[in-house]
Amino acid sequence: MTAEIIVVTSGKGGVGKTTTSASLATGLAMAGKKVAVIDFDVGLRNLDLIMGCERRVVYDFVNVVHGEATLKQALIKDKRHDNLYVLAASQTRDKDALTQEGVEKVLDGLSEDGFDYVVCDSPAGIEKGAHLAMYFADHAVVVVNPEVSSVRDSDRILGLLSSKTRRAERGDGAIKQHLLLTRYNPVRVAAGEMLSVKDVEEILGISVVGVIPESENVLAASNAGVPVILDADSQAGLAYGDTVARVLGEDRPLRFLDAPKKGFFQRVFGG
Amino acid sequence: MGILDFLKRKPEPSAGIAKERLRIIVAQERSARGGPDYLPLLRSELLEVIKKYVHVDLDAININVERDSGHEVLELSVALPEIKGATQAT
Ligand SMILES: Nc1ncnc2c1ncn2[C@@H]1O[C@H](COP(=O)(O)OP(=O)(O)OP(=O)(O)O)[C@@H](O)[C@H]1O
Ligand SMILES: [Mg+2]
Repeated sequence: MTAEIIVVTSGKGGVGKTTTSASLATGLAMAGKKVAVIDFDVGLRNLDLIMGCERRVVYDFVNVVHGEATLKQALIKDKRHDNLYVLAASQTRDKDALTQEGVEKVLDGLSEDGFDYVVCDSPAGIEKGAHLAMYFADHAVVVVNPEVSSVRDSDRILGLLSSKTRRAERGDGAIKQHLLLTRYNPVRVAAGEMLSVKDVEEILGISVVGVIPESENVLAASNAGVPVILDADSQAGLAYGDTVARVLGEDRPLRFLDAPKKGFFQRVFGG
Repeated sequence: MGILDFLKRKPEPSAGIAKERLRIIVAQERSARGGPDYLPLLRSELLEVIKKYVHVDLDAININVERDSGHEVLELSVALPEIKGATQAT
């Protein structure tokens, strides 16, 4: 049995890859899958904080690649779901600490251990780290914000996914690409100040797998170390839930795309 | 429109401009993709040469790499500026 590898990538930094990786991995685990989520951001470990397991990191990804620890020692079991594991990034400053062979060895090890999904949280950019995170992927979640530089970078990434990955090189059939639009603000879209879902879909020529609204609950969730998908009272959490279901093949309509209707007082006094 | 809206300065609706700019740059970058790495440099050096004769901008130059059965064709087009007086000959 081989695990399905999903890379979460974007090109541009700070658009919500780590937030998405944490929620996607948690959502897949909630659906009963055995999941590992790996932080590929060597030198800038962050996923552990968002997953809330930062104090339990003993060994990291690079330790496993270098044979200093076994996978079993380095995988951190999630405290909420016992079929979910985190592999932390190394804090080394050596950018060459990861190699293609090393990454392949770890991914093969996870397949052998019966994992259904491996979620790879890519670093920003199109350098080595981002390349290694996407190279073995079967699926890609391309995170994009409704903003010019993010949209342009995501087109660049979509191009790399269809040429610079193992699937592309072997002619194994294309990577399944999922475009995820995050930090969406329906009020600003309605005012014509922000690109709409349709605009982004038209520019990139691919439809979205989900739309995550801009939400203050995301910051609250990261403060608490609880992936936002577990916050069922927030639109962002619910939208991530829908997104995971779609990645698993379910058909669900998009939600939270319209600006809330303004009440009388808001119409008079603004707001 | 609310009373206070007159007092509050709102940003201009700019999403349309963003969309148009992205449409153009994405199409341009896609056409260069997969092509040789020297394309952008070739493009700007060509501009320098062309500029000696006519005044054109970088976005007037379009370079495409077309692949058909076994060989690649480098396609170059330059949109020349309108020639003054050419439209109305009296
Ligand atoms: N839907 C959202 N609403 C509000 N804030 C968000 C949303 N998604 C992400 N953020 C915030 O944006 C910031 C960047 O998010 P995140 O760290 O997930 O991005 P990243 O793409 O992983 O960044 P990097 O490229 O540095 O790895 C964080 O402060 C996060 O809380
Ligand atoms: Mg990140």
